[in-house]
Amino acid sequence: MTTRIVELRRGILKKNDELAAGLREWYAEAGVLVLNLVSSPGTGKTALLEWTLTELRKRGARVAALVGDLETDNDARRLASSGAPVRQINTHGICHLDAEMIGKHLDGWELGDLDYLFIENVGNLVCPSSYDLGEAVRVVLLSVTEGEDKPLKYPTMFNSADAAVITKMDLAVPCGFDRWAALRNINEIRPGIRIFETSVKSGTGLEEWLEYLEQKRKERG
Amino acid sequence: MHELSIVSSVVDTVTESLAAYPGARVKEVRLRVGALASVVRESLEFCYGIATEGTPLEGSRLVVNVLPVVMHCAPCGADVTLEGVQSFRCPKCGEPCSDLRQGRELEIEAFEIDEVEEAR
Repeated sequence: MTTRIVELRRGILKKNDELAAGLREWYAEAGVLVLNLVSSPGTGKTALLEWTLTELRKRGARVAALVGDLETDNDARRLASSGAPVRQINTHGICHLDAEMIGKHLDGWELGDLDYLFIENVGNLVCPSSYDLGEAVRVVLLSVTEGEDKPLKYPTMFNSADAAVITKMDLAVPCGFDRWAALRNINEIRPGIRIFETSVKSGTGLEEWLEYLEQKRKERG
Repeated sequence: MHELSIVSSVVDTVTESLAAYPGARVKEVRLRVGALASVVRESLEFCYGIATEGTPLEGSRLVVNVLPVVMHCAPCGADVTLEGVQSFRCPKCGEPCSDLRQGRELEIEAFEIDEVEEAR
C-alpha cells in the first residue's frame, strides 16, 4: 500500500461556470442585455418586473423574461400580461436557477431579436449567489418590510450584485424603515453599488431604474 | 442549502479521477471554500457521509479549508485580508474596497488515496 496525494484544483461548479460562459458569449453576440434578479421570496421581483416589461415595451424595446419558481406558473402568467414573451422554469425543489436550466428554456428563442432578457431567480438570498447564469447585471432586491440589516445577514449575495433595488418604498413610513441604515449596510457590503429606492405602487424611483437599464443596454451596443 | 448537490458533485468528480488508480481507496478529500462561497462547512461535512455511501469514497474524510476574503486596497496598493464578511473596508486605512481577490472559491484541492501495489 502506498499513499498518494492527487492534486485536482478543480472548481466544484465548473460545469455550471462553463455553461454560463457559453451563455455569456451567446448573449454578447446577440447584443441582448441579460439581467438576473435575486431576492428573498416576497420582495417584489415579479411586481417590479411586470412594471418594467410593460414600460420598456411602451418605449419600443424588445423584452422577454424567464421566471424561476419551485412550483406553479403563476408568475409567468402574471408577467405575460405585459405582452412580453415569458417562460416559467419550475425547479421542483431546487433552490436556485442554474446555467443549464437557462440554456434549456431559451431553446427556440431568437436572442438577436431581443434588447433585454430578464431572469427572475427563485426567491432565495443564499444559493443563487453561487450560480452564474451568464448575466451582464445581477440585481439584488430588498423590500422595506424585510429589515435594514438584510445585506449584513446575506453578504455573499449583496457583495456579488451589480445594482440594488429597495422595493415597497410606499410602506417605508408605516414599517418604520430606517433608510439611512439600509443604505449604509448595502454600501458596507458592496461599496459604491448603484442603489434604487422604488415603489411600483407610488411610482417612486422607477424613472431612474429605467434610465439605468437603458444606459446598460447602450453600453452593450 | 445546496450543500448536498455540491458534495454530490465532489463525489462524481473524484470518482471520475479515480479511474486512473484502479483499486485505490480514498482516505481524504480536501476542499477550498471561500468565506463568500455561500456554503457552510458543517453542512458539507454532514452531507458528505450521505453522499459517499456506496461510492468509492465511502469512509473517507472531508477536509474543508475555509479561505478568508482578500481584497485589493487601491490607496494602500496592497492585498488585504478581511476579518469577516460584515464590512468591505480595508482594515488598514478604512477605505471601502470592491476589488475582490479571494473569497468565492469553491474547489476540490486534492484527494489522498491508498494505492494497491500491483500483484506480481
